[in-house]
Amino acid sequence: MGNKVEKSIKALCFCIIMILSTNCVQAQNLINGKKIFETRCLVCHQSDGGGVPNMNPPLDGSTNVNGKDIARLVKIIQNGYDERVALDGMYYNNAMTGNPDLKEDAIADVLSYIRNTWSNKAGLVTITEVKKAIIKNKLNKK
Amino acid sequence: MKKGGSILSLFILSLSIMGKAQENAGLKLPVGFKASLFANNIGSARHIAITKSGVIFAKLNNPNKEGNSIVRLEDTNNDGVAEKINGLAKYGGTGIYVKGNSLYASSNEAIFKYDLNSKDEVVNPLTPLTVVSGLIDRREHNSKSITLDMANNIYVNIGAYSNACQEKNRMPGSQGMKPCPILDSAGGIWKFDGSKQNQTYKDGKRYATGLRNVIGLDWNTQTNQLFVAQHGRDQLNSFYPNLYTDAQNAELPAETFYAINEGDNAGWPYVYYDPIQHKKIVAPEYGGDSKMEGSAEFKDPAVAFPAHMAPMAVLFYTGDQFPAKYKNGAFISFHGSWNRAPLPQEGFFVAFVPFKDGKATGEWEIFANGFAGMEEGVKVTNTGKAKARPCGLALGPDGSIYVSDDTKGAIFKISYNK
Repeated sequence: MGNKVEKSIKALCFCIIMILSTNCVQAQNLINGKKIFETRCLVCHQSDGGGVPNMNPPLDGSTNVNGKDIARLVKIIQNGYDERVALDGMYYNNAMTGNPDLKEDAIADVLSYIRNTWSNKAGLVTITEVKKAIIKNKLNKK
Repeated sequence: MKKGGSILSLFILSLSIMGKAQENAGLKLPVGFKASLFANNIGSARHIAITKSGVIFAKLNNPNKEGNSIVRLEDTNNDGVAEKINGLAKYGGTGIYVKGNSLYASSNEAIFKYDLNSKDEVVNPLTPLTVVSGLIDRREHNSKSITLDMANNIYVNIGAYSNACQEKNRMPGSQGMKPCPILDSAGGIWKFDGSKQNQTYKDGKRYATGLRNVIGLDWNTQTNQLFVAQHGRDQLNSFYPNLYTDAQNAELPAETFYAINEGDNAGWPYVYYDPIQHKKIVAPEYGGDSKMEGSAEFKDPAVAFPAHMAPMAVLFYTGDQFPAKYKNGAFISFHGSWNRAPLPQEGFFVAFVPFKDGKATGEWEIFANGFAGMEEGVKVTNTGKAKARPCGLALGPDGSIYVSDDTKGAIFKISYNK
Protein backbone atom coordinates (compact mmCIF):
# COMPACT_ATOMS: atom_id res chain seq x y z
CA MET A 1 0.00 0.00 0.00
CA GLY A 2 2.68 2.44 1.15
CA ASN A 3 4.80 1.30 -1.75
CA LYS A 4 2.03 2.11 -4.18
CA VAL A 5 1.64 5.66 -2.85
CA GLU A 6 5.39 6.12 -3.05
CA LYS A 7 5.40 4.89 -6.64
CA SER A 8 2.56 7.21 -7.57
CA ILE A 9 4.32 10.18 -5.98
CA LYS A 10 7.52 9.26 -7.82
CA ALA A 11 5.62 9.00 -11.07
CA LEU A 12 3.91 12.30 -10.43
CA CYS A 13 7.22 14.01 -9.64
CA PHE A 14 8.71 12.54 -12.81
CA CYS A 15 5.81 13.91 -14.81
CA ILE A 16 6.12 17.37 -13.28
CA ILE A 17 9.87 17.44 -13.94
CA MET A 18 9.29 16.32 -17.53
CA ILE A 19 6.66 18.99 -18.11
CA LEU A 20 8.81 21.68 -16.49
CA SER A 21 11.92 20.70 -18.40
CA THR A 22 10.02 20.49 -21.70
CA ASN A 23 8.68 23.96 -21.00
CA CYS A 24 12.18 25.11 -20.17
CA VAL A 25 13.48 23.68 -23.43
CA GLN A 26 10.65 25.40 -25.28
CA ALA A 27 11.35 28.72 -23.54
CA GLN A 28 15.05 28.35 -24.39
CA ASN A 29 14.11 27.63 -28.02
CA LEU A 30 12.06 30.79 -28.17
CA ILE A 31 14.80 32.89 -26.53
CA ASN A 32 17.34 31.60 -29.09
CA GLY A 33 14.80 32.12 -31.86
CA LYS A 34 14.22 35.71 -30.79
CA LYS A 35 17.99 36.38 -30.83
CA ILE A 36 18.30 34.99 -34.35
CA PHE A 37 15.22 36.95 -35.49
CA GLU A 38 16.64 40.18 -34.10
CA THR A 39 20.04 39.81 -35.75
CA ARG A 40 18.94 38.44 -39.12
CA CYS A 41 15.26 39.07 -39.81
CA LEU A 42 14.03 42.12 -37.90
CA VAL A 43 15.53 44.73 -40.19
CA CYS A 44 13.32 43.72 -43.14
CA HIS A 45 10.35 42.05 -41.42
CA GLN A 46 10.32 44.71 -38.64
CA SER A 47 10.00 44.18 -34.87
CA ASP A 48 6.21 43.79 -35.07
CA GLY A 49 6.55 41.17 -37.84
CA GLY A 50 4.51 43.52 -40.04
CA GLY A 51 7.05 43.78 -42.88
CA VAL A 52 7.23 46.78 -45.22
CA PRO A 53 4.41 47.37 -47.72
CA ASN A 54 5.32 46.35 -51.31
CA MET A 55 8.88 45.42 -50.28
CA ASN A 56 9.21 42.88 -47.46
CA PRO A 57 6.26 40.61 -46.57
CA PRO A 58 4.78 40.40 -43.06
CA LEU A 59 5.42 37.31 -40.91
CA ASP A 60 2.64 38.20 -38.46
CA GLY A 61 -0.60 36.65 -39.68
CA SER A 62 1.08 35.13 -42.76
CA THR A 63 -0.63 32.00 -44.11
CA ASN A 64 2.71 30.50 -45.10
CA VAL A 65 4.46 31.18 -41.79
CA ASN A 66 1.55 29.65 -39.88
CA GLY A 67 1.07 26.84 -42.39
CA LYS A 68 1.96 23.14 -42.41
CA ASP A 69 4.62 23.27 -45.13
CA ILE A 70 7.70 23.36 -42.88
CA ALA A 71 9.94 22.26 -45.77
CA ARG A 72 9.08 25.42 -47.72
CA LEU A 73 9.85 27.63 -44.70
CA VAL A 74 13.18 25.86 -44.11
CA LYS A 75 14.11 26.29 -47.76
CA ILE A 76 13.32 30.04 -47.68
CA ILE A 77 15.36 30.56 -44.51
CA GLN A 78 18.34 28.65 -45.98
CA ASN A 79 18.29 29.91 -49.58
CA GLY A 80 16.48 33.24 -49.40
CA TYR A 81 13.63 34.10 -51.73
CA ASP A 82 13.37 36.01 -54.99
CA GLU A 83 10.21 35.08 -56.86
CA ARG A 84 7.23 37.00 -58.19
CA VAL A 85 4.55 35.30 -56.13
CA ALA A 86 1.52 36.82 -54.38
CA LEU A 87 1.65 36.27 -50.62
CA ASP A 88 -1.80 36.58 -49.03
CA GLY A 89 -2.83 38.57 -52.11
CA MET A 90 0.05 41.06 -52.07
CA TYR A 91 3.29 41.28 -54.05
CA TYR A 92 6.66 42.12 -52.48
CA ASN A 93 9.66 43.30 -54.48
CA ASN A 94 12.75 42.82 -52.35
CA ALA A 95 14.94 39.74 -52.61
CA MET A 96 15.38 37.93 -49.29
CA THR A 97 18.86 37.14 -48.01
CA GLY A 98 19.62 33.44 -47.56
CA ASN A 99 21.04 32.02 -44.31
CA PRO A 100 23.11 29.04 -45.50
CA ASP A 101 25.19 29.16 -42.31
CA LEU A 102 22.26 28.59 -39.91
CA LYS A 103 22.39 25.16 -38.22
CA GLU A 104 19.37 22.85 -37.98
CA ASP A 105 18.69 23.69 -34.31
CA ALA A 106 18.92 27.43 -35.03
CA ILE A 107 16.44 27.07 -37.92
CA ALA A 108 14.08 25.18 -35.59
CA ASP A 109 14.43 27.93 -32.97
CA VAL A 110 13.80 30.85 -35.30
CA LEU A 111 10.87 29.06 -36.95
CA SER A 112 9.42 28.30 -33.51
CA TYR A 113 9.80 31.96 -32.59
CA ILE A 114 8.17 33.47 -35.67
CA ARG A 115 5.33 30.91 -35.58
CA ASN A 116 4.53 31.76 -31.93
CA THR A 117 5.03 35.52 -31.70
CA TRP A 118 2.72 38.51 -32.39
CA SER A 119 -0.66 36.98 -33.31
CA ASN A 120 0.91 33.75 -34.62
CA LYS A 121 0.05 30.52 -32.75
CA ALA A 122 1.21 27.78 -35.10
CA GLY A 123 3.17 25.55 -32.74
CA LEU A 124 6.85 24.80 -32.30
CA VAL A 125 9.13 23.27 -34.91
CA THR A 126 11.51 20.51 -33.78
CA ILE A 127 15.02 19.79 -35.00
CA THR A 128 13.73 16.47 -36.35
CA GLU A 129 11.16 18.31 -38.46
CA VAL A 130 13.88 20.62 -39.80
CA LYS A 131 16.14 17.63 -40.61
CA LYS A 132 13.28 15.90 -42.43
CA ALA A 133 12.50 19.12 -44.31
CA ILE A 134 16.11 19.48 -45.46
CA ILE A 135 16.12 15.88 -46.77
CA LYS A 136 12.77 16.46 -48.49
CA ASN A 137 14.06 19.69 -50.12
CA LYS A 138 17.23 17.85 -51.32
CA LEU A 139 15.13 15.06 -52.87
CA ASN A 140 12.82 17.56 -54.57
CA LYS A 141 15.83 19.34 -56.01
CA LYS A 142 16.95 16.10 -57.68
CA MET B 1 -18.98 69.09 -7.89
CA LYS B 2 -15.24 68.92 -8.12
CA LYS B 3 -15.49 65.54 -9.85
CA GLY B 4 -18.07 66.91 -12.29
CA GLY B 5 -15.76 69.79 -13.06
CA SER B 6 -12.81 67.54 -13.83
CA ILE B 7 -14.95 65.33 -16.05
CA LEU B 8 -16.17 68.42 -17.87
CA SER B 9 -12.62 69.70 -18.36
CA LEU B 10 -11.55 66.25 -19.55
CA PHE B 11 -14.43 66.32 -22.02
CA ILE B 12 -13.41 69.77 -23.26
CA LEU B 13 -9.78 68.64 -23.48
CA SER B 14 -10.68 65.57 -25.51
CA LEU B 15 -12.87 67.69 -27.78
CA SER B 16 -9.99 70.08 -28.37
CA ILE B 17 -7.61 67.17 -29.09
CA MET B 18 -10.09 65.74 -31.58
CA GLY B 19 -10.48 69.17 -33.15
CA LYS B 20 -6.70 69.51 -33.43
CA ALA B 21 -6.32 66.11 -35.08
CA GLN B 22 -8.62 67.19 -37.88
CA GLU B 23 -7.06 70.60 -38.32
CA ASN B 24 -4.98 70.67 -41.54
CA ALA B 25 -5.92 67.02 -42.19
CA GLY B 26 -3.57 66.06 -39.35
CA LEU B 27 -0.50 67.68 -40.95
CA LYS B 28 2.01 69.97 -39.28
CA LEU B 29 2.86 72.92 -41.52
CA PRO B 30 4.79 76.21 -41.30
CA VAL B 31 2.81 79.23 -40.06
CA GLY B 32 0.33 80.54 -42.60
CA PHE B 33 -0.11 77.23 -44.45
CA LYS B 34 -3.24 75.08 -44.32
CA ALA B 35 -4.05 71.61 -45.63
CA SER B 36 -7.19 69.74 -46.62
CA LEU B 37 -7.81 66.09 -47.32
CA PHE B 38 -8.48 66.37 -51.06
CA ALA B 39 -9.29 62.66 -51.43
CA ASN B 40 -8.87 59.43 -49.48
CA ASN B 41 -8.91 55.67 -50.08
CA ILE B 42 -8.46 56.00 -53.84
CA GLY B 43 -5.89 53.14 -53.96
CA SER B 44 -2.07 53.02 -53.78
CA ALA B 45 -1.51 56.53 -55.18
CA ARG B 46 2.08 56.88 -56.39
CA HIS B 47 2.85 59.93 -58.57
CA ILE B 48 0.27 62.60 -59.36
CA ALA B 49 -0.02 65.14 -62.20
CA ILE B 50 -2.29 68.16 -62.63
CA THR B 51 -3.75 69.76 -65.76
CA LYS B 52 -3.98 73.52 -66.36
CA SER B 53 -7.63 73.46 -65.24
CA GLY B 54 -6.71 71.70 -61.98
CA VAL B 55 -7.83 68.13 -62.74
CA ILE B 56 -5.58 65.62 -60.93
CA PHE B 57 -4.48 62.28 -62.31
CA ALA B 58 -3.03 59.77 -59.80
CA LYS B 59 -1.10 56.66 -60.88
CA LEU B 60 -1.78 53.64 -58.68
CA ASN B 61 0.77 50.95 -57.90
CA ASN B 62 -1.98 48.32 -58.34
CA PRO B 63 -5.53 48.59 -59.70
CA ASN B 64 -7.96 49.79 -56.99
CA LYS B 65 -11.22 48.06 -56.03
CA GLU B 66 -12.92 49.62 -59.07
CA GLY B 67 -10.21 47.98 -61.22
CA ASN B 68 -8.59 51.28 -62.25
CA SER B 69 -4.92 52.15 -62.01
CA ILE B 70 -5.18 55.78 -63.09
CA VAL B 71 -7.62 57.86 -61.04
CA ARG B 72 -8.99 61.18 -62.30
CA LEU B 73 -10.05 63.62 -59.56
CA GLU B 74 -11.88 66.91 -59.97
CA ASP B 75 -12.78 69.50 -57.33
CA THR B 76 -15.87 70.86 -59.11
CA ASN B 77 -16.97 73.35 -56.40
CA ASN B 78 -13.44 74.48 -55.46
CA ASP B 79 -13.71 73.57 -51.76
CA GLY B 80 -10.37 71.73 -51.54
CA VAL B 81 -12.01 68.29 -51.77
CA ALA B 82 -12.48 66.22 -54.96
CA GLU B 83 -16.14 65.50 -55.73
CA LYS B 84 -15.86 63.88 -59.15
CA ILE B 85 -13.65 60.77 -59.06
CA ASN B 86 -13.35 58.14 -61.80
CA GLY B 87 -10.62 56.14 -63.44
CA LEU B 88 -9.08 54.15 -66.27
CA ALA B 89 -6.24 51.73 -67.15
CA LYS B 90 -5.54 48.26 -65.72
CA TYR B 91 -1.76 48.29 -65.28
CA GLY B 92 -0.04 49.19 -62.01
CA GLY B 93 2.85 51.64 -61.99
CA THR B 94 4.27 54.85 -60.61
CA GLY B 95 4.91 57.48 -63.29
CA ILE B 96 2.39 60.06 -64.52
CA TYR B 97 2.93 63.41 -66.23
CA VAL B 98 0.74 65.99 -67.97
CA LYS B 99 2.19 68.00 -70.84
CA GLY B 100 -0.30 70.19 -72.73
CA ASN B 101 -3.09 67.92 -73.92
CA SER B 102 -1.08 64.74 -73.39
CA LEU B 103 -1.20 62.48 -70.35
CA TYR B 104 1.80 60.17 -69.97
CA ALA B 105 1.63 57.19 -67.59
CA SER B 106 4.04 54.33 -66.91
CA SER B 107 3.70 50.68 -66.01
CA ASN B 108 6.77 48.97 -64.57
CA GLU B 109 8.06 48.27 -68.10
CA ALA B 110 6.48 50.77 -70.49
CA ILE B 111 5.33 54.37 -70.99
CA PHE B 112 1.93 55.16 -72.54
CA LYS B 113 0.41 58.40 -73.83
CA TYR B 114 -3.26 59.44 -73.72
CA ASP B 115 -5.02 62.47 -75.23
CA LEU B 116 -7.04 64.91 -73.14
CA ASN B 117 -10.02 66.88 -74.47
CA SER B 118 -10.95 70.49 -73.58
CA LYS B 119 -12.48 69.29 -70.27
CA ASP B 120 -9.31 67.37 -69.41
CA GLU B 121 -11.05 64.03 -69.87
CA VAL B 122 -9.11 61.13 -71.38
CA VAL B 123 -10.26 60.63 -74.96
CA ASN B 124 -8.69 57.19 -75.52
CA PRO B 125 -8.69 55.34 -72.16
CA LEU B 126 -8.46 51.90 -73.85
CA THR B 127 -6.14 52.79 -76.72
CA PRO B 128 -3.17 54.81 -75.50
CA LEU B 129 -0.11 55.12 -77.72
CA THR B 130 2.91 53.13 -76.55
CA VAL B 131 5.79 55.60 -76.31
CA VAL B 132 8.38 53.16 -74.90
CA SER B 133 8.22 49.46 -74.01
CA GLY B 134 10.50 46.62 -72.98
CA LEU B 135 12.12 48.39 -70.01
CA ILE B 136 13.60 46.01 -67.46
CA ASP B 137 11.31 44.89 -64.62
CA ARG B 138 12.96 42.40 -62.27
CA ARG B 139 10.78 43.28 -59.25
CA GLU B 140 13.32 45.09 -57.10
CA HIS B 141 13.27 48.85 -57.88
CA ASN B 142 10.97 48.33 -60.84
CA SER B 143 8.95 51.56 -60.79
CA LYS B 144 9.45 53.81 -63.81
CA SER B 145 9.20 57.45 -62.83
CA ILE B 146 8.94 59.97 -65.66
CA THR B 147 9.43 63.66 -66.33
CA LEU B 148 9.61 65.73 -69.52
CA ASP B 149 11.82 68.66 -70.49
CA MET B 150 10.71 71.72 -72.44
CA ALA B 151 11.67 70.10 -75.76
CA ASN B 152 9.32 67.13 -75.15
CA ASN B 153 12.05 64.65 -74.28
CA ILE B 154 11.01 62.13 -71.69
CA TYR B 155 13.35 61.02 -68.88
CA VAL B 156 12.65 57.69 -67.20
CA ASN B 157 14.32 56.09 -64.24
CA ILE B 158 15.26 52.44 -64.67
CA GLY B 159 16.14 51.24 -61.17
CA ALA B 160 18.86 48.66 -60.55
CA TYR B 161 17.38 45.26 -59.73
CA SER B 162 19.91 44.86 -56.93
CA ASN B 163 21.10 46.37 -53.67
CA ALA B 164 24.83 46.60 -54.36
CA CYS B 165 25.42 44.65 -57.62
CA GLN B 166 26.74 41.61 -55.76
CA GLU B 167 27.24 38.35 -57.65
CA LYS B 168 24.33 37.08 -55.53
CA ASN B 169 21.94 39.89 -54.57
CA ARG B 170 21.70 40.57 -50.83
CA MET B 171 23.84 37.55 -49.92
CA PRO B 172 26.39 38.07 -47.14
CA GLY B 173 29.94 37.78 -48.41
CA SER B 174 29.02 37.92 -52.10
CA GLN B 175 31.41 40.27 -53.93
CA GLY B 176 30.42 43.23 -56.07
CA MET B 177 30.68 42.66 -59.83
CA LYS B 178 33.10 44.91 -61.71
CA PRO B 179 32.08 46.25 -64.10
CA CYS B 180 28.52 46.00 -62.81
CA PRO B 181 26.58 44.39 -65.70
CA ILE B 182 23.28 45.85 -64.50
CA LEU B 183 24.34 49.35 -65.60
CA ASP B 184 23.92 48.52 -69.32
CA SER B 185 20.14 48.49 -68.98
CA ALA B 186 19.30 49.81 -65.51
CA GLY B 187 20.69 51.82 -62.60
CA GLY B 188 20.27 55.14 -64.40
CA ILE B 189 18.09 57.63 -66.25
CA TRP B 190 17.20 56.99 -69.90
CA LYS B 191 16.08 59.66 -72.35
CA PHE B 192 13.45 59.07 -75.06
CA ASP B 193 11.53 61.27 -77.50
CA GLY B 194 8.15 62.02 -75.90
CA SER B 195 6.51 62.55 -79.29
CA LYS B 196 7.57 59.22 -80.88
CA GLN B 197 5.92 55.80 -80.57
CA ASN B 198 7.09 52.24 -80.01
CA GLN B 199 10.57 53.05 -78.79
CA THR B 200 12.77 50.52 -77.00
CA TYR B 201 16.22 50.68 -75.41
CA LYS B 202 17.93 51.09 -78.81
CA ASP B 203 15.92 54.27 -79.56
CA GLY B 204 16.79 55.89 -76.25
CA LYS B 205 19.97 57.08 -74.63
CA ARG B 206 21.43 56.41 -71.21
CA TYR B 207 21.37 60.01 -69.93
CA ALA B 208 22.92 59.39 -66.50
CA THR B 209 24.23 56.28 -64.76
CA GLY B 210 25.38 55.00 -61.38
CA LEU B 211 21.98 55.74 -59.82
CA ARG B 212 20.72 52.75 -57.81
CA ASN B 213 17.07 53.75 -57.80
CA VAL B 214 15.50 57.11 -58.51
CA ILE B 215 11.80 57.53 -57.89
CA GLY B 216 11.70 61.31 -57.55
CA LEU B 217 12.84 63.37 -60.53
CA ASP B 218 11.81 66.72 -62.03
CA TRP B 219 12.97 69.01 -64.80
CA ASN B 220 14.04 72.41 -63.50
CA THR B 221 12.62 74.82 -66.10
CA GLN B 222 14.55 77.75 -64.64
CA THR B 223 17.98 76.17 -65.21
CA ASN B 224 16.88 73.71 -67.92
CA GLN B 225 18.34 70.79 -65.97
CA LEU B 226 17.26 67.41 -64.63
CA PHE B 227 17.27 66.87 -60.85
CA VAL B 228 16.95 63.41 -59.32
CA ALA B 229 16.77 61.98 -55.80
CA GLN B 230 18.40 58.58 -55.26
CA HIS B 231 17.51 55.80 -52.81
CA GLY B 232 20.83 54.80 -51.29
CA ARG B 233 21.86 51.20 -50.66
CA ASP B 234 20.67 49.12 -47.69
CA GLN B 235 22.05 46.72 -45.09
CA LEU B 236 25.67 47.82 -44.50
CA ASN B 237 25.47 46.46 -40.94
CA SER B 238 23.64 43.24 -41.90
CA PHE B 239 26.34 42.20 -44.38
CA TYR B 240 29.38 43.87 -42.79
CA PRO B 241 28.83 43.84 -39.02
CA ASN B 242 32.59 44.11 -38.50
CA LEU B 243 32.63 47.45 -40.36
CA TYR B 244 29.27 49.02 -39.46
CA THR B 245 27.20 49.06 -36.26
CA ASP B 246 23.39 49.24 -36.29
CA ALA B 247 23.66 52.92 -35.33
CA GLN B 248 26.08 53.61 -38.20
CA ASN B 249 23.87 51.80 -40.69
CA ALA B 250 20.94 53.97 -39.57
CA GLU B 251 22.90 57.04 -40.76
CA LEU B 252 24.63 55.54 -43.84
CA PRO B 253 24.58 56.18 -46.68
CA ALA B 254 22.95 59.55 -47.40
CA GLU B 255 19.86 59.78 -49.56
CA THR B 256 21.25 62.00 -52.30
CA PHE B 257 19.81 64.75 -54.51
CA TYR B 258 21.71 65.44 -57.74
CA ALA B 259 21.74 68.18 -60.38
CA ILE B 260 22.23 65.97 -63.43
CA ASN B 261 24.07 66.78 -66.64
CA GLU B 262 24.10 64.40 -69.60
CA GLY B 263 26.69 61.65 -69.07
CA ASP B 264 26.90 62.02 -65.30
CA ASN B 265 27.81 59.00 -63.15
CA ALA B 266 26.71 59.03 -59.50
CA GLY B 267 28.87 56.00 -58.68
CA TRP B 268 26.48 53.22 -57.66
CA PRO B 269 27.38 50.41 -56.89
CA TYR B 270 31.07 51.26 -56.44
CA VAL B 271 30.68 54.13 -53.96
CA TYR B 272 28.12 55.57 -51.58
CA TYR B 273 27.91 59.05 -50.06
CA ASP B 274 28.73 59.35 -46.36
CA PRO B 275 26.93 62.45 -44.98
CA ILE B 276 29.08 62.55 -41.83
CA GLN B 277 32.52 62.38 -43.53
CA HIS B 278 31.09 64.38 -46.51
CA LYS B 279 32.84 61.94 -48.84
CA LYS B 280 32.15 59.27 -51.42
CA ILE B 281 33.19 56.03 -49.77
CA VAL B 282 34.08 52.76 -51.55
CA ALA B 283 31.30 50.18 -50.99
CA PRO B 284 32.38 47.19 -48.86
CA GLU B 285 31.38 44.83 -51.72
CA TYR B 286 34.19 46.53 -53.70
CA GLY B 287 36.84 46.36 -51.01
CA GLY B 288 35.83 49.41 -48.95
CA ASP B 289 36.48 49.58 -45.21
CA SER B 290 33.99 52.39 -44.37
CA LYS B 291 36.75 55.02 -44.72
CA MET B 292 38.45 54.43 -48.09
CA GLU B 293 37.52 57.31 -50.39
CA GLY B 294 36.03 56.59 -53.82
CA SER B 295 37.05 57.92 -57.23
CA ALA B 296 36.59 61.65 -57.96
CA GLU B 297 35.05 60.74 -61.34
CA PHE B 298 31.74 60.15 -59.56
CA LYS B 299 29.33 63.00 -59.00
CA ASP B 300 28.83 64.74 -55.66
CA PRO B 301 25.27 65.36 -54.48
CA ALA B 302 23.70 68.82 -54.41
CA VAL B 303 22.09 67.90 -51.07
CA ALA B 304 22.71 64.91 -48.77
CA PHE B 305 19.73 63.81 -46.67
CA PRO B 306 19.69 61.37 -43.74
CA ALA B 307 19.87 57.71 -44.71
CA HIS B 308 17.05 55.39 -45.81
CA MET B 309 14.23 57.99 -45.78
CA ALA B 310 13.28 57.08 -49.38
CA PRO B 311 12.75 60.20 -51.53
CA MET B 312 9.67 59.58 -53.71
CA ALA B 313 9.06 62.77 -55.71
CA VAL B 314 10.75 66.07 -56.58
CA LEU B 315 8.73 69.20 -57.40
CA PHE B 316 10.19 72.55 -58.33
CA TYR B 317 7.91 75.26 -57.00
CA THR B 318 7.16 77.61 -59.89
CA GLY B 319 3.83 78.79 -58.45
CA ASP B 320 3.07 82.27 -57.14
CA GLN B 321 0.98 81.46 -54.05
CA PHE B 322 3.67 80.54 -51.49
CA PRO B 323 6.04 83.09 -49.87
CA ALA B 324 9.01 84.25 -51.97
CA LYS B 325 11.55 81.88 -50.35
CA TYR B 326 9.81 78.88 -51.94
CA LYS B 327 9.98 80.22 -55.51
CA ASN B 328 12.07 77.91 -57.72
CA GLY B 329 13.10 75.79 -54.72
CA ALA B 330 12.40 72.04 -54.60
CA PHE B 331 9.96 70.05 -52.52
CA ILE B 332 10.95 66.42 -51.92
CA SER B 333 8.59 63.83 -50.44
CA PHE B 334 10.05 61.16 -48.16
CA HIS B 335 8.22 57.85 -47.91
CA GLY B 336 9.81 56.95 -44.55
CA SER B 337 12.53 54.39 -43.86
CA TRP B 338 12.59 50.70 -42.90
CA ASN B 339 16.33 49.96 -42.93
CA ARG B 340 17.03 52.13 -39.86
CA ALA B 341 15.65 49.27 -37.71
CA PRO B 342 16.34 48.36 -34.93
CA LEU B 343 16.62 52.14 -34.46
CA PRO B 344 13.45 54.26 -34.91
CA GLN B 345 12.45 55.08 -38.48
CA GLU B 346 12.76 58.53 -40.10
CA GLY B 347 11.11 60.39 -42.95
CA PHE B 348 7.35 60.33 -43.57
CA PHE B 349 7.44 64.07 -44.43
CA VAL B 350 7.81 66.56 -47.27
CA ALA B 351 11.06 68.52 -47.21
CA PHE B 352 11.89 71.85 -48.81
CA VAL B 353 15.26 72.51 -50.48
CA PRO B 354 15.99 76.23 -50.99
CA PHE B 355 17.61 77.24 -54.31
CA LYS B 356 19.63 80.37 -55.05
CA ASP B 357 20.52 81.34 -58.63
CA GLY B 358 19.47 77.91 -59.89
CA LYS B 359 21.59 75.99 -57.37
CA ALA B 360 20.62 74.16 -54.19
CA THR B 361 22.09 75.94 -51.19
CA GLY B 362 22.79 72.55 -49.56
CA GLU B 363 20.34 73.31 -46.76
CA TRP B 364 16.97 71.64 -46.28
CA GLU B 365 14.06 71.78 -43.87
CA ILE B 366 10.94 69.82 -43.05
CA PHE B 367 7.97 71.50 -44.76
CA ALA B 368 5.02 69.20 -44.04
CA ASN B 369 5.05 66.54 -41.35
CA GLY B 370 2.59 64.35 -39.48
CA PHE B 371 1.64 62.00 -42.35
CA ALA B 372 2.44 58.90 -40.28
CA GLY B 373 -0.23 59.90 -37.74
CA MET B 374 1.97 59.37 -34.69
CA GLU B 375 1.43 61.29 -31.47
CA GLU B 376 3.62 64.35 -30.82
CA GLY B 377 7.22 63.30 -30.22
CA VAL B 378 6.64 59.61 -31.04
CA LYS B 379 8.65 58.09 -33.87
CA VAL B 380 7.56 55.32 -36.20
CA THR B 381 9.19 52.04 -35.11
CA ASN B 382 7.61 49.70 -37.62
CA THR B 383 7.19 51.11 -41.12
CA GLY B 384 3.93 49.26 -41.76
CA LYS B 385 2.29 51.14 -38.89
CA ALA B 386 2.57 54.56 -40.59
CA LYS B 387 -0.95 55.76 -41.41
CA ALA B 388 0.15 57.63 -44.53
CA ARG B 389 3.44 57.70 -46.44
CA PRO B 390 4.14 60.72 -48.67
CA CYS B 391 4.73 59.77 -52.30
CA GLY B 392 3.69 61.94 -55.26
CA LEU B 393 3.90 65.74 -55.47
CA ALA B 394 2.24 68.12 -57.91
CA LEU B 395 1.66 71.85 -58.34
CA GLY B 396 -1.90 73.11 -58.85
CA PRO B 397 -2.79 76.02 -61.17
CA ASP B 398 -3.52 78.25 -58.13
CA GLY B 399 -0.06 77.59 -56.64
CA SER B 400 -1.21 75.04 -54.04
CA ILE B 401 0.74 71.79 -53.88
CA TYR B 402 -0.68 68.28 -53.57
CA VAL B 403 0.88 65.27 -51.82
CA SER B 404 -0.27 61.69 -52.43
CA ASP B 405 -0.03 58.71 -50.07
CA ASP B 406 0.30 55.15 -51.39
CA THR B 407 -0.78 53.42 -48.17
CA LYS B 408 -4.52 54.03 -48.21
CA GLY B 409 -4.57 56.48 -51.08
CA ALA B 410 -4.97 59.92 -49.56
CA ILE B 411 -4.28 63.16 -51.42
CA PHE B 412 -3.51 66.25 -49.33
CA LYS B 413 -3.84 69.79 -50.67
CA ILE B 414 -1.50 72.36 -49.07
CA SER B 415 -2.12 76.09 -49.58
CA TYR B 416 -0.83 79.36 -48.17
CA ASN B 417 -3.18 81.89 -46.53
CA LYS B 418 -2.11 85.35 -47.47
